[in-house]
Amino acid sequence: MQTLTQSLANPTRFLALSARLLPWIAAASALVIAIGLGLVFTAPPDYQMGHTVKIMFVHVPAAWLSMFVYALIAVSSFGLLVFRHPLADVSAKAAAPLGAAFTFLALVTGMLWGKPMWGAFWVWDPRLTSVLLLFFLYLGLIALRSSIDEEALAAKLTATLSLVGIVILPVIKFSVDWNSLHQPASVMRLGAPTIHASLLWPLLVMAAGMTLLFAALHVKAMRNEILRRRVKALRAFAADAAGGLAGQAAG
Amino acid sequence: MSALMRPFWQLVRRDVSLAWKDGGAIGVALGFYLMVVTLLPLGIGPDLALLTRIAPGVLWVALLLAALLSLARMFETDLEDGSLEVLATGPLPLVAIAAAKSLAHWITTGLPLTVLAPVLGLLLNLPPEGYGVLVASMLAGTPAVSFVGAVGAALTLRTRRGGLLLALLMLPLFVPTLIFGIDTVREAILNSAAFWPAFLILSAISLTALVLAPIAAAAALRFQLQQ
Repeated sequence: MQTLTQSLANPTRFLALSARLLPWIAAASALVIAIGLGLVFTAPPDYQMGHTVKIMFVHVPAAWLSMFVYALIAVSSFGLLVFRHPLADVSAKAAAPLGAAFTFLALVTGMLWGKPMWGAFWVWDPRLTSVLLLFFLYLGLIALRSSIDEEALAAKLTATLSLVGIVILPVIKFSVDWNSLHQPASVMRLGAPTIHASLLWPLLVMAAGMTLLFAALHVKAMRNEILRRRVKALRAFAADAAGGLAGQAAG
Repeated sequence: MSALMRPFWQLVRRDVSLAWKDGGAIGVALGFYLMVVTLLPLGIGPDLALLTRIAPGVLWVALLLAALLSLARMFETDLEDGSLEVLATGPLPLVAIAAAKSLAHWITTGLPLTVLAPVLGLLLNLPPEGYGVLVASMLAGTPAVSFVGAVGAALTLRTRRGGLLLALLMLPLFVPTLIFGIDTVREAILNSAAFWPAFLILSAISLTALVLAPIAAAAALRFQLQQ
């Protein structure tokens, strides 16, 4: 009995399955984000923060995803280095720019929210600084991969770096406890959430929608990467065949 | 175990004496450190109270930049002349080779920079109670720089623009060392007994790097040698 990850080791099977699933994921993400935005517009303003609280509905899901995507890259890297799963590197490579984009979104929305709330765009709070470091780490992953010509070597070295960089995730998670301006965890905590239900529901719907958006983009990027590798292999094959024929003709 | 210790120390001695006889690397790192610390007050102006406040930060940041200069060369020359492959086929496992070369880098870079730091502290009007803690914090923190830096050096061994890429990869990973190193000195200047928490965290970071970083560096070296 094959598990799902084992059967997906065959890229052709992954392409077939993802071609069927992708339209559904994309449609679901559009629908859930639309519902979420509707809920956001009807959500009551916060009694202290007023309407600026609505930045939260983009900011918090983006920040969650920035860490989730890094964890996904780390798991994929582990899958590449330990199990040599053929799709693991495709997944890690496709996720890195998406993770960088969500981290950037979290930073920018955070700065826009920080200006009215804290009086400055950037306050060097531990959480801001550690998320900025996460952003640099994403850039490092992309830069390291693009600077090595040999693709198999680039894959393994990038995977090593992403596993080393995983130390930053607990730093981000616990950075709110070091006299930070950010509030401590208010949704995912033991006991009831400390956020009011009228704000919690739109937030959860937006988080689900943006996670679906990431899933759709990730699957699409993985398909593109598989196809790019096939085209490259076919080109190399064609060049070899042409070279072989030329050699025969010369001989 | 002792069968491995001998080649380990021989490798450390070889790297230290190569760096010492070559002479260039140590001198360049020290000169760079001196230059950065000299240029900064020129930019800010000779406000002694301000310089006292920023002295721990300037000394630590400049030390990191100076140490980065020689990181890229840690494995490069050995890869170019083939001695890295000879070492890899020898009795030492790659983890020990990575650890020995990191240790040699610390002896030839971290240690001289640490010795120079209190002299540069004079230029920045560092208060007298800061000097002992400054040297202690650098002795505790610079091993993390060399050992974590070895991972970056191994990762960027065959890349184009290796040096710049190395800085991009390593600076995020150096930030915890930097923060707690500066914090130790700053706390010591404000209140002589309050530097212990930051100093202990700094030591913990260094000890963790000492154990874990050679494993990652060895993995990266293995992938490089398989090519």
